[in-house]
Amino acid sequence: MSNGSEGNFVTTDGRNIGGVMMEMKNITLRFGGVVALENISFNILEGEVRAIIGPNGAGKSSMLNVISGFYIPQEGEVIFQGSPRPSLKPFEVAHQGIARTFQNIALFEGMSVLDNVMTGRLTKMKTGIFSQMIWAGKAEREEIENREAVEKIIDFLEIQAIRKTPVSRLPYGLKKRVELARALAAEPNLLLLDEPMAGMNVEEKQDMSRFILDVNSEFGTTIALIEHDMGVVMDLSDRVVVMDYGRKIGDGTPDEVRNNQEVIDAYLGVSHD
Amino acid sequence: MNTISTNELVSIPHLLARNVATRGDMPAYREKEFGIWQSWTWSKTSLEIENFALGLKDLGVKKGDFVAIVGRNRPAMYWAMVAVQMLNAVPVPLYQDSVAEEMAYVLEHCGAKYVIVGDQEQVDKILEVQQSISGIERIVYFDAKGLRKYENSHLSSFIEVQEKGQSLRESQLTKLDEIRASITLDDICVMLYTSGTTGRPKGVVLSNRNIIETSKNSSEFDNLKSSEETVAYLPMAWVGDFIFSIGQAYWTGFCVNCPESPETLNTDLREIGPSYYFAPPRVFETQLTSVMIRMEDAGNFKKWLFEKSMALAKRVGGDILDGNAVGFINRIKYFLGDIFIYGPLKNTLGFSKIRVGYTAGEAIGPEIFEFYRSLGINLKQLYGQTEASVFITQHPDGEVRSDTVGVASPGVELKVAESGEVFYRSPGVFIEYFKNSESTSETKDGDGWVATGDAGFVEEETGHLRIIDRAKDVGKMLDGSLFAPKYVENKLKFYPNILEVVVFGNGREFCTAFINIDLIAVGNWAERMNIAYSSYQELAGHDLVMGAIKEHIEEINQSISEDPMLAGCQINRFLVLHKELDADDGELTRTRKVRRNIIEDKFSDLITALYDGSRSVSTETEVTYEDGRKGSIKATLMIHDTKIIDISQRMAAE
Repeated sequence: MSNGSEGNFVTTDGRNIGGVMMEMKNITLRFGGVVALENISFNILEGEVRAIIGPNGAGKSSMLNVISGFYIPQEGEVIFQGSPRPSLKPFEVAHQGIARTFQNIALFEGMSVLDNVMTGRLTKMKTGIFSQMIWAGKAEREEIENREAVEKIIDFLEIQAIRKTPVSRLPYGLKKRVELARALAAEPNLLLLDEPMAGMNVEEKQDMSRFILDVNSEFGTTIALIEHDMGVVMDLSDRVVVMDYGRKIGDGTPDEVRNNQEVIDAYLGVSHD
Repeated sequence: MNTISTNELVSIPHLLARNVATRGDMPAYREKEFGIWQSWTWSKTSLEIENFALGLKDLGVKKGDFVAIVGRNRPAMYWAMVAVQMLNAVPVPLYQDSVAEEMAYVLEHCGAKYVIVGDQEQVDKILEVQQSISGIERIVYFDAKGLRKYENSHLSSFIEVQEKGQSLRESQLTKLDEIRASITLDDICVMLYTSGTTGRPKGVVLSNRNIIETSKNSSEFDNLKSSEETVAYLPMAWVGDFIFSIGQAYWTGFCVNCPESPETLNTDLREIGPSYYFAPPRVFETQLTSVMIRMEDAGNFKKWLFEKSMALAKRVGGDILDGNAVGFINRIKYFLGDIFIYGPLKNTLGFSKIRVGYTAGEAIGPEIFEFYRSLGINLKQLYGQTEASVFITQHPDGEVRSDTVGVASPGVELKVAESGEVFYRSPGVFIEYFKNSESTSETKDGDGWVATGDAGFVEEETGHLRIIDRAKDVGKMLDGSLFAPKYVENKLKFYPNILEVVVFGNGREFCTAFINIDLIAVGNWAERMNIAYSSYQELAGHDLVMGAIKEHIEEINQSISEDPMLAGCQINRFLVLHKELDADDGELTRTRKVRRNIIEDKFSDLITALYDGSRSVSTETEVTYEDGRKGSIKATLMIHDTKIIDISQRMAAE
């Protein structure tokens, strides 16, 4: 596998990584005078786990927001599944098959886990508000179908025991898992995870890593994630983009990136003598 | 010897065939999956099992083969057991939480060529084991999650094997029926490894005769009906689960319910409402602790009502349950209590419909036992062993007492040797320890009498058996007085704050103890007292916790001193351990029994400190994590002296 190249390759554990799913071309994003992202290009291949790492303030979350279509870059273009992406409303992004989780958990705290995950199925529900109110025929069938899909995800992420528990009563690590469940409920092609392990203890990190890998191998979901914890990233991802001060300073397999001098400097600091 | 009415019912697969014929449309298994209880009738179950058996046969499983089964309680795992039996091969269920090296020992010992596992976790373990021992030819897994990427020619899925069996059904079914028909009462039914409080686990070989007769006798003893509901949640490798969830279930034809996941057990229990229930004392203790903790947080009125009602229940509840005479007013009060407190409480615990409940494995605290009985739950004790196919003694309805383990079960003869050790003989007595004739002859004599290893006596008037302690643990103190560690440990363990105790003193001047606090109970107490802590270790070392433990010990010293025979067992010094005793570290067995010699060895520095008068001791202990990795904990432990009652003075005073 070559550094940031396009197209098919086979990972060490035998998964087929397909063609380009999303391509960032010379993205520049400014907030007033602040340049958050400067001329960044990289791509995400179908079926891979792609990580974006960097120190605090490097522009990782901005990058993820560009990928998700929440921020529109001033320069450059995002090519998604072969065609340039116009500016989209959030629900249109969801319809394109992109789902995400948030750095600061964004669940409906008062609702049960089940209801929260069900909201992830919103794009799959077709019946109108009136037939939902009457709750007969099509609306009922639709609810049952969606509930079945949701139950499979609950089973997959092993959160059966908290199915009916209000989210506000859950510990942090489980909330993160519920968020992942909700994102998965949308059956995304591309799953964006914003710091999925932030604030977790070692055991929770191990669980989450396993779930991320399982999602990738079971559903073939392409995953782009931002993460702080270098150890986790290096174990999880197929390819890594490294950012610092809004620039891309490295791109490649975990091993390549680990030996990249600029990356080492960014993480460990350089002596100025 | 053949006391079974129908000669054909010689094995579990035969019982399956009978159940299909007599109650084919009734539920045999239920499992909650995807949030819904899925059920299988006896007919459907039989089809699933036959197809899997045909698939196994195609893989080469034949008569006499040992097939290891590792997984949590799921219908498919039970089907696998019976499918193996259908081929007259021997299922060997293993503890699913065993680490790889423990598994390697038993797999090598029984020479299993086939292993049927529940999920990825177990597959990983078996693959690891496979590197060190040869002979495992095929691993069949049930839950495919996480296994998609595994490319291993030794792996097949349960479904694949079943589908293969289905395709062979037409041509092979008669062959399978022939094998089933050839099974006899003396063929091996199952091999179960004992957890082994000392040394390596031993493979207990049980014949069809053992299992079928025991299932028949014990089902009749409690008048079990095909309408019973049970929840299967105890380890499948444990003989109790084999008897309750397979033996009795197939004999009687009742339905076995499997929880959705271990974490959902409480919800699932409540939804099913079992009528026949089994739990080790620990489960009852934990539930009682959590009820009490929640009542502490309740409002004043509720607390008052609860206390009033429980006091009444304590006075009359047990008598009402046993059908003894109770005054009219008290009956009315109890009836009201049942509406407002007992009923809802039982419902929350999932115990509303219990007709027969058992506890065994360890002694249960009298208060805990009485608590459940006073609520109107027919909780009884039984005393058993793997070697006896479970049943040695049990409480008959109406004769339940917390201080005995009941009368001899049907078909069981008891005798007590001069040394005080209890022996039994019954149709359930095991054939042998696999590949270990030495241990077999040590345990079982030529006439079929088996040593229990427990010291006890039979009460003459009632025929009830009372167990004092493990025979080999009973010893002498330096001054010649009796040392019975278990007796003291049990007394202490009845305090909710204390999870585990190990008492030392054999051949020594005085007794000392290691204590493990109960993190749930003590943690909750700490929360209410505004005590901050970050780990078990920190909480265990807290001064107030120490104070509470010390109080408990002094209370039991008082009560021990009242028995002149055991007064020497009072605890003089103690320490609270810096880690919880754990089966992964070999300190407990998989059924959570204390392994004394291992603990004595491992913590010898602490024991020395307990006896040399030091105030504190620094130590470092190796721990094993769940995934088998090792680490270590360093700690400095405080040693405390406790007040003891000097009985020579008391005797003089009297």
